[in-house]
Amino acid sequence: MSGHGPSGDGAGLGGHGRPGGGAGLGGRAAIAGIGATEFSKRSGRSELRLAAEAVLSALDDAGLSPRDVDGMVTYTQDANQEIAVARETGIGELTFFSRVEYGGGAACGTVVHAAMAVATGMAHTVVCYRAFNERSGRRFGRPDSRLTGEPTSQGLEMSWHVPFGLMTPAAWVAMFARRYMHVYNATSEDFGRVAVAMRRHAATNPAAWFHGRPITLEDHQASRWIAEPLHLLDCCQESDGAVALVVTSAERARDLRTSPAVITAAAQGSGAGQMMMTSYYRDDMTTLPEMSTVARHLWATSGLSPEDIQTAILYDHFTPFVLTQLEELGFCGRGEAPDFLKDGSIELDGALPINPHGGQLGEAYIHGMNGIAEAVRQIRGTAANQLRDVRNVLVTAGTGVPTSGLILSAE
Amino acid sequence: MSVPPMSDQELHELAGKLAALGEVRGTPARDPVNEPMIRHWLDAMGDTNPAYLEKGVAPPAMAQVWTMPGARGPANERSPVNDLMGALDASGYPGVVATNCEQTYHRYVRIGERLTPATRLTDLAGPKRTALGVGYFATWQVTWYDEADEPVAGMLFRVLKFRPAAREQASQERAAYPLQPAINQDTAYFWEGVQQGELRIQTCADCGLHRHPPGPLCPACRSADRSYRVASGHGILYSYVVHHHPPVPGRETPFVVGVVELPEGVRIVGNVVDCPIEEVAIGMPLRVTYRRMDDRLVLPMWAPGEA
Repeated sequence: MSGHGPSGDGAGLGGHGRPGGGAGLGGRAAIAGIGATEFSKRSGRSELRLAAEAVLSALDDAGLSPRDVDGMVTYTQDANQEIAVARETGIGELTFFSRVEYGGGAACGTVVHAAMAVATGMAHTVVCYRAFNERSGRRFGRPDSRLTGEPTSQGLEMSWHVPFGLMTPAAWVAMFARRYMHVYNATSEDFGRVAVAMRRHAATNPAAWFHGRPITLEDHQASRWIAEPLHLLDCCQESDGAVALVVTSAERARDLRTSPAVITAAAQGSGAGQMMMTSYYRDDMTTLPEMSTVARHLWATSGLSPEDIQTAILYDHFTPFVLTQLEELGFCGRGEAPDFLKDGSIELDGALPINPHGGQLGEAYIHGMNGIAEAVRQIRGTAANQLRDVRNVLVTAGTGVPTSGLILSAE
Repeated sequence: MSVPPMSDQELHELAGKLAALGEVRGTPARDPVNEPMIRHWLDAMGDTNPAYLEKGVAPPAMAQVWTMPGARGPANERSPVNDLMGALDASGYPGVVATNCEQTYHRYVRIGERLTPATRLTDLAGPKRTALGVGYFATWQVTWYDEADEPVAGMLFRVLKFRPAAREQASQERAAYPLQPAINQDTAYFWEGVQQGELRIQTCADCGLHRHPPGPLCPACRSADRSYRVASGHGILYSYVVHHHPPVPGRETPFVVGVVELPEGVRIVGNVVDCPIEEVAIGMPLRVTYRRMDDRLVLPMWAPGEA
């Protein structure tokens, strides 16, 4: 469909890494626009209005009109149907629409679907969005006895845990964290260093909820227990807000208003024995096999390796899984994440800055979509905490669930 | 005989198998048709017609009387109907009420004849919601044969086997535990097991694979032939959390939830109880214990055990 080959040679990687290691989307699509509402604790507006505002903002950013959009993708958990958002924004005919499952694991998956649609010609301009009043409306951290509900496969899966009061995301993650601490002699302070770094980054990001409010490791240790071994400050905040992205062909993106973030690699992944947040019945509970699946696919199809990544946006709803992701993605060895973190390597001036916007711990919890927007800004050179010489950014989605990932690159 | 509880689907499968057996002969009557029993029956029914005793025949409506097992007889003799009734009892439908009885008489039986019953299960319908409670309608056909193997009388009989609504009412009056599991035919055996103080681990009847949580097909050999073994009840704490916040319905915080590794080769989640929280540690030996949460639910939990 363009003069750019199917295996990543269109990504213009500028000599950093060998493009095109295998089958994949290989640079045929790009993120051409990003948009968001403000991030708050009480938006005062409907979720549909938030979605529409973010979509229009992303289209304006790309220099496109709603009439240019012919595809839409969101999360299965999103309360705003594609057709409703289309009606509000003046988007007309759609030739592609899709939903991605598994909570925050859907974040990069929306871009996977959009890029596939663009690469196959199912659509030319696809908008991905996520909008919710997760703080002022339905809060995911609240115990909900309807989780078991009907005997669907998920209701039955939940039924092995919820009757025992194991029914909040923090507690589900804490079970993995405790085992990780036991096996690798990790400590709560190791998790705390992630929280401190994220809040430090958010402190200098004006869009972040925790702008100007850094924390210390002592603050982390003194914060109350939520589900031992997790303190309050191991848990990300809850937010109202929306983020939208515009995906189109890399070729077309080049002619638009902003410089494109080329989708060098995109992957979804689910592991053997996978469950939603409670995969306690496989391996040694210190790994995230689904993230390993995503990582292998990203590295293989991009031909890149961890050394080619200047910054990573790692899903940080809870601190312990940031450590596990560093290991699964190959930034450090198994069990080495606590040491990797100790020298400040994930901070802005470190070897691998993580979440320069402050992540979900610091900026906002928009189910991972705000992290993708930050990756695009880092590639464009327009981020609040802009890093130098960013060519490839790795982004991940929700952890503990079937997930997804991206490598976005500068032209 | 102890019968395992069955799911709706399994009850229908059992009924189908029993119906396919066709007519099953029972034990011949202990006594032949006799004058004293006819006289008792006529007295009890207030029937003053002298014709029966004068002619030496029994009232046709006595058909069932001649082959009743008696209070101390072999009441639990295997028959399609007894097998099905036993399964319904075990599956939570202990109530019984007769709803239909239609008798057909081919001829009078004479004093001195000895009858033999034969039973054919014809139908199982349900579960249905009735005023008495949720239950199944079971229908069967009995035929009485004489010594020449000729039928003398027949009867269609239907009962409602039900879970008494009174029990459901009682559980509403008592505070119901808010965190109920969803249960279907793939998982019912587990929850029925804990009601009886058994920790049941799904076992593939073909390849022997132990599996928890369970599922409808064996992932190793594709067999749908599921069985279970009762676990020893010992375990080792593999990981745990202490839940503090937010409050959880039906629970007082803090409480401990653990992943327990069983010697049977599977892991299971449950609460760690009867142990100071500061003494809970990965690797501690545990022993299963059962806690009734409300009238419906028993949960397996874990207390400190012997190494």
